[in-house]
Amino acid sequence: MIALLLRDLRLAVRAGGGFGLGLAFFLIVIVLVPFGVGPQSDLLTAIAPGIFWVASLLAALLSLDRIFALDFEDGSLTLLATSPLPLEGVGLIKALAHWVTTGLPLTVAAPALGFMLVLAPEAYSYLLLSLLLGTPALSMIGTFGAALTVGLRRGGLLLSVLVLPLYIPTLIYGAEAVRRGAEGLDPSGALILLGGITAGTFAILPFATAAVLRINLR
Amino acid sequence: MSIWKYANPTKFMGWTAPVLPWLFGLAALCLGVGLVWGFFFTPDDFRQGATVKIIYLHVPAALMAINAWIMMLVASLIWYIRRHHVSALAARAAAPIGMVMTLIALFTGAIWGKPIWGTYWEFDPRLTSFLILFLFYLGYMALWEAIEDPDTAADLTSVLCMVGSIFAILSRYAVLFWGQGLHQGASLSLDKEENVADVFWVPLLVCMAGFVLLFIALVLMRTRTEVRARQIRALENRARAQNA
Repeated sequence: MIALLLRDLRLAVRAGGGFGLGLAFFLIVIVLVPFGVGPQSDLLTAIAPGIFWVASLLAALLSLDRIFALDFEDGSLTLLATSPLPLEGVGLIKALAHWVTTGLPLTVAAPALGFMLVLAPEAYSYLLLSLLLGTPALSMIGTFGAALTVGLRRGGLLLSVLVLPLYIPTLIYGAEAVRRGAEGLDPSGALILLGGITAGTFAILPFATAAVLRINLR
Repeated sequence: MSIWKYANPTKFMGWTAPVLPWLFGLAALCLGVGLVWGFFFTPDDFRQGATVKIIYLHVPAALMAINAWIMMLVASLIWYIRRHHVSALAARAAAPIGMVMTLIALFTGAIWGKPIWGTYWEFDPRLTSFLILFLFYLGYMALWEAIEDPDTAADLTSVLCMVGSIFAILSRYAVLFWGQGLHQGASLSLDKEENVADVFWVPLLVCMAGFVLLFIALVLMRTRTEVRARQIRALENRARAQNA
């Protein structure tokens, strides 16, 4: 499993585009928002938590179709399916690799971008914490979506239509945690539920991902 | 002898053919009686006036919007476990109907909300859950359309339906996190002291029965169409194989 994780990470780094592109996309979305809504700082402070979460959601979405597509085309997915490693484990590792290449950089970079949207000073720690807790769930849900659409030639758009509704609970709790932190309220309830969603998706979705991959490889 | 023998496609076509006109007739009767009774022979509410009468469309449509998804979930489970083709086709047939029901509930709610709440739309937990349900229907139908092989499509959509159900329930409780919104709580529970007054309640029940019957009739009709479409495809494939 570790070998597969390392292989995926190495591919993402060396193939170019995979690693930094999501981060660059995230940066651009954050930078575009003040252009769109105007530079009033109180308005930006109010919407910053939601914008950060929506931007990380879109950045995670952007690289989803790469999770299985290349392996499916060159046949390595079939090899993985026949290997001693259970397909559930493959799904889990793929989600983890996706998180390390997109979720983790976003989480680290987001507080550094906070000043762009005039994020309230109290909210920085909660932004970091909520992204750390929530982005793994985005990767896992996305891996399931990628497995669903892997056999389709033009699955990219369909993938977003399928995956975005599944992102709603994560988005609500994540953005709510940051917003409560920014207003000086206690965000622990939202953070606990966010962690619960991540734990739940990692418990259930590897099995769904494996079931869907078996159907698609049939 | 078990109920599963009725799931055989030929049997299914056999027993649904005579049942369908009766179902449509009963649905039309219930809807006709319920709506006319509700619209013209119930008193106006003392605060809401005549606008209250939109509940004869709003409540049954909302009921069926949720129940259609539950029916799709059950049909998906039956397909995934027992592999009855009719079940998969019924799930596919129910999706557009459920989506239209969701839309009816959202639209009638908006029309009612304007005079009473002063707004067409509010990000209230119940309203938002219905919007999310609408998105789930969209994704489910899009996946059906995208996959060519019918069995693969049935398998993938049934898994999506199961996973989607979990996330639909999660979303439904996640939006509650925003706190109580504008929409009233349940006013039709069986176990509550205070319900809607009987004058409104009885015609509403008739309307709900009408919507349930209409839904069953439409699902059966659409499933029959899907079965026929698949028979035609099988025949065409056979003819092509013979010519080749």
